[in-house]
Amino acid sequence: MTKHLILAALFAAPLTLAAQERYATRTGHISFHSDTPMEKIEAHNHKSTSVLDASTGAVEFAVLMKGFEFDKALMQEHFNENYVESDKFPKAGFKGKFNGLTADDLKKAGTKEVTAEGEMSMHGVTKPVTIKGTFTMEPTGAVKASSTFTIKPEDYNITIPGMVRDNIAKEITIKVQMDYVKM
Amino acid sequence: MFRSTFTLIAALACTPVLLAQDDLLDLLGEEEKTKEFTTASFKTSRVINGHSLENTAHGVLDFKINHRFGFLNGGLYEWFGLDQAWVRLGFEYGITDRLQIGIGRSSFQKYVDGFAKYKILRQCESGCGMPLTLSLVASSNVTTLRSSEVPWYSEGREDYFTHRMAYSFQMLIGRKFSDALTLQLMPGVVHRNLVRTVAEKNDVMNIGAAGRVKLTKRLALNAEYFYVLPGQTMAAEVPTDRMDDPNPGYKNSLSIGFDIETGGHVFQLHFTNSTAMNERGYITETTGDWLKGDIHFGFNVSRVFTVYRPKPKVVE
Repeated sequence: MTKHLILAALFAAPLTLAAQERYATRTGHISFHSDTPMEKIEAHNHKSTSVLDASTGAVEFAVLMKGFEFDKALMQEHFNENYVESDKFPKAGFKGKFNGLTADDLKKAGTKEVTAEGEMSMHGVTKPVTIKGTFTMEPTGAVKASSTFTIKPEDYNITIPGMVRDNIAKEITIKVQMDYVKM
Repeated sequence: MFRSTFTLIAALACTPVLLAQDDLLDLLGEEEKTKEFTTASFKTSRVINGHSLENTAHGVLDFKINHRFGFLNGGLYEWFGLDQAWVRLGFEYGITDRLQIGIGRSSFQKYVDGFAKYKILRQCESGCGMPLTLSLVASSNVTTLRSSEVPWYSEGREDYFTHRMAYSFQMLIGRKFSDALTLQLMPGVVHRNLVRTVAEKNDVMNIGAAGRVKLTKRLALNAEYFYVLPGQTMAAEVPTDRMDDPNPGYKNSLSIGFDIETGGHVFQLHFTNSTAMNERGYITETTGDWLKGDIHFGFNVSRVFTVYRPKPKVVE
């Protein structure tokens, strides 16, 4: 009997492996927006990467800071050189877990509100954050995740000089749009 | 028994995969390296008088307001030079990320100048191996002074328009060694269509060197020096004690200054012994002697406007 149990357990292990549902993208769209009466700033990055393990809810995002494209070339240069210091801190990312998301949720068409808890890192600073987002499962089986949240530059040691303080919003809106494909 | 052993091995073989899942993003494998060129070698397209490795970005218009006050040794009477001022107003535009053009008008000698600057090689940050940037600058200028006021005209000489022109060709070779340090060399030649005497050369060989040390995120220290090979130029009036100078009456151009960046503006504040703000002027016609206090305080203001927004590079 014991022997059978062990056998059953051993069989179960590969089964859990097979049940691991991973989704990934290399072309995630992350943008940020700063809106003040003085100036409107936005930048887009269409090359962010993310991997989602639906069986555990674990998720990771990474984005290259130099990949953000601005309307104005000089803004882009200042962003990389003076604000986020891309040469020293080339990547920003998030590593965490979706609460209450199961692999089955991603197989049913419809939408599902989720919360991700984890750590956001940028400009050499790592902070615990909780972010709300929405999963949209299309009838075709496509899995899309989107989220809008705000961050404060000073939380990540990004200092804004007094001279341009009125040109940059105190809270920057970040928009995330991921079109996952099954790995 | 055979089967259970087999299962055991199969199960064990799977375990390492499970353990390796610490970093989910590793599953995507190595990212392909994107080609990335070095940026911000200098704060703007000029070091001080001379061109820097940087170009005005594609679609960006740069309005330049350059001032040179009088010599500091004018003393209190001349308010240390502030009583006089020469101005150059210019527009520069980036046609592509490699090609830039510009025009300008100076009050000094009433010069009108124009140039084109092309980046042949671009220093690469990642994805390619280019260690330096190489640019070519071709410029021309013409004085629009009345012929009676042009210093190199003599009585009775026919006033041809072409005689008023001069050209300069420079090669800029440089590298941003680190965030803090950029160095460049600028060999070049200035061609003057008309010179005052037969002893002077129409083609004036010169070589410049320039560098930048970034002090803080928004403040940099710049310096540039242009060496004119000896025996090529001679001023109209040479003090007797300077007859034996390599280029009698003329000095090599030396400038030192700060770049201060504030959002859309770059302010360049500097000290220079050159009065003119184009290649013919500062390379071949600098008369100021640093050691005698013939030093101009001056500034360049650069204000950029995005007039055309190039389409973002295609994402595959």
